[in-house]
Amino acid sequence: MGNMVTSPNSVTSEIQSTSLPKSWAPPPFIKNRILRWGLMLGLVLYLYLSVGMLEVNWTRIYEGLDRGAKFVFGFMNPNFAGRWSDISEGIIESLMMTVTSTVIGIAISIPIGFGAASNLAPLPIYLFCRAIIALSRSFQEIIVAILFVAIFGFGPLAGVLTLSFASIGFLSKLLAEDIESMDKSQAEAVKATGSPWWQWINYGVQPQIMPRLIGLSLYRLDINFRESAVVGLVGAGGIGATLNTAFDRYEYDTAAAILILIIGIVMLSEYISGYIRAGVQ
Amino acid sequence: MTEALSSTPKVWQHRNRNQQLLSWFLWLTGTAIFMYCWQMISESTTWFFVWDAPRIAADIGSRMIPPRWSYISELLEPLWDTINIATIGTMLAILMAVPVAFLAARNTTPSTKFVRPIALLIIVSSRSINSLIWALLLVSIIGPGVVAGIVAISLRSIGFISKLLYEAIEEIDKDQVEAISATGASGLQKLIYGIFPQILPAFAGISVFRWDINIRESTVLGYVGAGGIGLQLNASLNVLAWPQVTLILILILLTVIFSEWVSAKVRHAII
Amino acid sequence: MLEIKQLIKKYRTGDLAINGVDLKVEKGQVMALIGPSGAGKSTLIRCVNRLETPTSGEIWFNGENIVKLRSGKLRKARRNMGMIFQEYALVERLTVMENVLSGRLGYVGFWRSYLRKFPQTDVKEAFRLLEKVGLEKMFNKRADELSGGQRQRVGIARALIQNPDILLVDEPTASLDPKTSRQIMRLITELCEEHQLAAIINIHDVALAQMFAERIVGLREGNIVYDGHPDNLKPDVLTEIYGEEDWTAVRKNKAKKGTESEFDDESLSEEHMAEMM
Repeated sequence: MGNMVTSPNSVTSEIQSTSLPKSWAPPPFIKNRILRWGLMLGLVLYLYLSVGMLEVNWTRIYEGLDRGAKFVFGFMNPNFAGRWSDISEGIIESLMMTVTSTVIGIAISIPIGFGAASNLAPLPIYLFCRAIIALSRSFQEIIVAILFVAIFGFGPLAGVLTLSFASIGFLSKLLAEDIESMDKSQAEAVKATGSPWWQWINYGVQPQIMPRLIGLSLYRLDINFRESAVVGLVGAGGIGATLNTAFDRYEYDTAAAILILIIGIVMLSEYISGYIRAGVQ
Repeated sequence: MTEALSSTPKVWQHRNRNQQLLSWFLWLTGTAIFMYCWQMISESTTWFFVWDAPRIAADIGSRMIPPRWSYISELLEPLWDTINIATIGTMLAILMAVPVAFLAARNTTPSTKFVRPIALLIIVSSRSINSLIWALLLVSIIGPGVVAGIVAISLRSIGFISKLLYEAIEEIDKDQVEAISATGASGLQKLIYGIFPQILPAFAGISVFRWDINIRESTVLGYVGAGGIGLQLNASLNVLAWPQVTLILILILLTVIFSEWVSAKVRHAII
Repeated sequence: MLEIKQLIKKYRTGDLAINGVDLKVEKGQVMALIGPSGAGKSTLIRCVNRLETPTSGEIWFNGENIVKLRSGKLRKARRNMGMIFQEYALVERLTVMENVLSGRLGYVGFWRSYLRKFPQTDVKEAFRLLEKVGLEKMFNKRADELSGGQRQRVGIARALIQNPDILLVDEPTASLDPKTSRQIMRLITELCEEHQLAAIINIHDVALAQMFAERIVGLREGNIVYDGHPDNLKPDVLTEIYGEEDWTAVRKNKAKKGTESEFDDESLSEEHMAEMM
C-alpha cells in the first residue's frame, strides 16, 4: 500500500504542485483497476448465483414457525426433571470425556509441538509433525468420530480418541508457533552455559512457553467440552445422543434444558479459566 | 523467592515448602481425577471391539482404496452447496455480529448495566453451542435443506465474531477517537472516522478466519440433514460404500486447503 | 473571548487536578501554559473543549458557558476550538487527506463524511493548508507512514481547517526532537498570527515557551502561580512554579568545562533545558 509512485493520484499531484489540485477522492483499496472491477463483478456474480440457487421452502418454514415458537417457549420453561437420569448421565459422561481427552491431547501435543517448531527440530521430524497437525486440523471432529466409531465400536472411547486427536492439531500448532516466536537470546544464554539438550529445553525454552501452554490447554478444555456434546450424534458417547433423541421427539423443553446446562458449564469454565490464566501470568 | 532469601540458612530452593506441597497436591488431585474419568470411560467401552480395532482398521483401509472416482459427478453440487453454506452463513453472521460487538464492548456500549450483559449472553450462547447442534435444531424446526445449514452456521458464528471483535474494539487507541470528537463530530462520525479504521484489520482477519472454520464445519452439516456434502457422506457410510467415502474425504481435504489458502491471501492483503 | 472562572476539576480517584483557576484569553493572543507534570495543564485545556467535564466553575467562550452545553450545542462549540495533541492522535489507518478533512466533520453531514464527499471548498482549503505545512505531496499517504514531525503538521492542518477561534495545544513538541520542536512551534505561532487565532499551548520546555509565546502562565498543583510576560520569567519565578533547583547550574558547569563552552548547536541547549525541567 505504501507504493505511491504507481498511484495515478500522486502523479497528478506532482505535476500540479504549483497549482494545487481542486478535487480529491480517497485512493482505491485495490490499485489495479482490472483486478478491482473483476473482484467486484465476481462477488456480485457469486452472490447472484449462490443466493439464486437457494431453494427455500416457504410453506415448510411457515409450518416450522410453530415449532420455533415451541422451542423458544421450551427455553423459557426448560424441563430438567422429565429425563433427568438421561441428562445427568450424558453430561457426566461428556465431562469425563472432556477431562480424559484434554489430558491425553496435551501429553501427545507437547512432543509434537516441539517437533513442529522449525527452530528446534531437524527437517524430517519437522515435516512428520507438521503432517500430523495438518491431518488433524483438516477434518471436522464428526468425520473423525465416524471413522473411530467404525473402528473402535460405539461408546465414549471413540469420542475420547476423536477429541484427543483434534486437540493435538490445535495445541501442537499453536505451541509450535509459540516456540518459533520465542525470545532467542534467553534460550541462547542457557545454551551458552554448555548445558545438555534437555536442560536447555528445561531452562531456556520451557519457562517461556509455560504460561501460554497453560492458557491454551484451558481453552482446549473448553472446546473439548463443547465438542463432546456433538460427537454423541454419531454414537461416540456424551450428551449428544440424549440431545438428538430430544430433537427427534420434538421434546424442545428437554432439549432446551440440555442446551442451558451446556451454556452454563461453558460460562463457568470460562470464568474459572480466566481466573487461572490471570494467576499464571 | 523473597522468603527463601530472607530465611537464615542460605539454602536456595526453587519453591518454599508450602508451594512444594501445594504443587504436589495439585498434581495428585489432577492424576486422581484423570484416573477416575479414564476408569469410567473404560467401563463403558467394549474392549473386545477395541482389541479387534487394528484388524478392522486394516479391513476398512483396504476397502477404501481405490476411491470411486466416477462418483465425483454426484458430488459437485453438494460441494457447491457446502461452500455457499459457509460463505452466506458467514456474511449473515457478520451483519448480526457487528452490532452485537459494539453493544458488548465496554467503550462503545450504550449501557454497561443493561445492554452489555445481554450482548454478552448472546455471545456466550452462540459460542457454547456447536453449529451441528444448531443445525439439528433448525432442521427440526424449518426442515432439512441448505437454508437450515446457512442459519446454523451464522448462529454459531455470531458469538465467535462478536467476541473477537469486541475485544478488538476495547483495545483501540482512545486518543484517536478523542481527536475526532474534539473537532465537533457527531457520535456516528466518531464511529466511522475514529473507530472503524482502527478495527478494520482485526475485523477482516476475524471474518476470514471464521469463514475458513465454517468451510470445515459445513462439510458435516449434511450429516443431520442441513445440506452440503455431509449428506453424501452419511449416505455412503450407511451403505458402507467405502470407496465413495474416500473420494468425499479427498474432496473435503482439497476444499479445506483451498479455503486456508484464500484466507491467508486475504489476511496478507489487508494488514 | 475565552474566560475561565473558578474552574475546579476533581477526578473520581479524588485527585484535585485544578483548584479554582481564573483565566482570560483575548482574541489573537498566544499563551503558553507551563508547569511540572501533574500540575493540571492538560486537564485545563481538556476541560475547555469538554473532553473532561469540570467539577465546578464556568468556561465562557464566545458568549456561551461551555460547562452547561449539551450534545448538539457542545459539538457546535467544539467546531470553533482546534485541538492539537502530544501524540498527534491522527487516525493512523486513514490517509493524510482524510485526517485533515476530519476537521470538517462538525460541518458535514453523516453520509457525506461516510462517502468522503466533502464540499469542494473544504477540499480546496485542505490542499491549501497542506501546502502551508509543507505536506502537499503526501495527501494520499497513510498517516502511519509519516514521521513524528510530519504527523504533527497534519494535526495542525486538521485543527486549522475547523476554522477555529482558538487553538488548544497539548504538549505539541514532547514527542519530537529539538529541531523539529522549534519548527512546529514556529509554524503554530505563525499560523496563529495569520489567522488572528488565540492559542493556549501546554509546554514543559520553558525555553521554547519564552521564545514563541507572548504571555506565559505558570501552573502548579492546579493553581496559577505566574501570569505575565516571558521576559519576567526569572529563576525565582521558576522556583515557584517547579520547586527548588539551581536554574543557572547547567550553564555554569558548561562554562567551566571550557572545551564545551560554545553551544555549537542551539537546539542542544534546549534539549538540556528540557531535561533539566
